[in-house]
Amino acid sequence: MNQSSLLKKYLMALTGIVLVGFVLVHMAGNLQVLIGREAINAYAYALQNLPAPILWGSRLFLLVCVLVHAVTAYQLIKENRMARPRANEIEVTKRAGWASLRMGLTGSLMLAFIVFHLLHFTIRAIFPEYNDMKTTVGSPDGSEIHDVYSMILAGFQVDAISIFYVICMFLLCRHLAHGVSSMFQTLGFRSERWRGKLDLAASAYGWIIFAGFSIIPVLVIAQKYGLVNCLETCGSSCSVNL
Amino acid sequence: MKLFLKVWKQEGPEDEGHFESHVLDGVSEDSSFLEMLDQLNEQLLGEGKEPIAFDHDCREGICGTCSLNINGYAHGLENSTTTCQLHMRKFEDGDSITVEPFRAKAFPVVKDLVVNRSAFDKIIQAGGFITVRTGSAPDGNAMPVPKENADLAMDAAQCIGCGACVASCKNASAMLFTSAKAGHLNMLPQGQAEKDSRVLNMVAAMDEAGFGNCRNYGECSAACPKDISLDYIAKLNRDYAKAKIKKVFS
Ligand code: HEM
Ligand code: SF4
Ligand code: FES
Repeated sequence: MNQSSLLKKYLMALTGIVLVGFVLVHMAGNLQVLIGREAINAYAYALQNLPAPILWGSRLFLLVCVLVHAVTAYQLIKENRMARPRANEIEVTKRAGWASLRMGLTGSLMLAFIVFHLLHFTIRAIFPEYNDMKTTVGSPDGSEIHDVYSMILAGFQVDAISIFYVICMFLLCRHLAHGVSSMFQTLGFRSERWRGKLDLAASAYGWIIFAGFSIIPVLVIAQKYGLVNCLETCGSSCSVNL
Repeated sequence: MKLFLKVWKQEGPEDEGHFESHVLDGVSEDSSFLEMLDQLNEQLLGEGKEPIAFDHDCREGICGTCSLNINGYAHGLENSTTTCQLHMRKFEDGDSITVEPFRAKAFPVVKDLVVNRSAFDKIIQAGGFITVRTGSAPDGNAMPVPKENADLAMDAAQCIGCGACVASCKNASAMLFTSAKAGHLNMLPQGQAEKDSRVLNMVAAMDEAGFGNCRNYGECSAACPKDISLDYIAKLNRDYAKAKIKKVFS
């Protein structure tokens, strides 16, 4: 695939927009954990029971976006390395920040995170017992549904997993601090007059994403160590006791 | 001033190259960086050694021939300054200074600090021109140009093709140069006829030459002696998208 450099960059930016939108919606959805078991369970049930073409269509679309984004990223990185086979004896920067210089690193960790996260909470292959967590709380018709709330509490009981999630969200925050402003430039919609504002907006967006996602593992761990008491306990379906 | 210099030495494109250290005493604060190198070369000649090859021509900041990475910075740390306009008063007595060539695959080293920048000429040949009727000179005011466009085109036309943008980019991308050259003509009525083919062909020539991809670091504009703005890169991205879409649907 030998497309022009600019086409590859459009692909990065366009798939980036999709992922940026998805991440925001996903975060907003997750925050329903703070409302309570009923809210998040009902929300998750509604999503899982979307008409199959919509559910699988959007999953496929997101997967394609992630793959195109990642494959193009590695192509760009490879070409960029070839374009500058020898570094300067002294490497310096005047303007580029850590986030922009480390997009490959933060992005690669996102890829690892996405795989782990899907195995953890979506496919539930890491802890298959999550599949057995059932409840009627949040069910639209009183039948037993998957107890997503308990799964999240159990999932974040493990310190290492919570720490991994928070670190990954920090790296995502850094990826976005450069990416969200950069994508406007790539698509030709940024000007020097707007760059400062867009950089600020990108940074703010990154931190909102970081805070919104991290608050859940942080609260679960804080409650585990008795620092707060704001989450409902796991209930009967949870194998781990809070 | 007394300086401790670490200067790149390379016999030719195939040679591996290495750094050589030199001590140079009695450098005037008023001399330019290139005059300091002249002085070093005289010292080397006096010792019966080969002088260091470096590029220069106008020595007044307008031709784009001088280059050099100075302590890692293309054209040195000073903003909006070419190497020939960089003066030794910006350094301290006793400083160590590392001097190396612009580093990019598309700019192979010819010798020592001299690099071959003809990849830029290939980009210009691909679209950095307009078609005009030859013969008698057209009337100066026959083609009105809005003042704002004229100013923006002039800002872009300031690019002297030095290559500092490539040298300062971690990906050795030539987007700032290409966007300045394409933007300059794309903003003027005289440049409209070839606008679409210009951006497509210049970008193709840029990729062909082996430059890297832009990641919007902004290092290029920060190093540019003529302060070419990143706005031209955004404009090139825009013009390229339009040209490509038109081409696909035509
Ligand atoms: C799946 C793993 C990922 C990898 C390997 C990855 C890698 C990269 C790399 C290397 C770049 C810089 C491209 C360049 O200009 O040279 C980039 C840009 C970007 N990424 Fe990612 N990324 C990943 C996931 C994500 C996610 C999850 C999001 C959003 C939530 C995202 C949003 C963006 C945005 C907005 C840009 C800016 C595009 C531009 O400069 O025009 N990326 N990514
Ligand atoms: S854009 Fe600036 S740094 Fe790049 S070639 Fe032109 S003058 Fe030199
Ligand atoms: S020698 Fe002409 S710009 Fe420096």
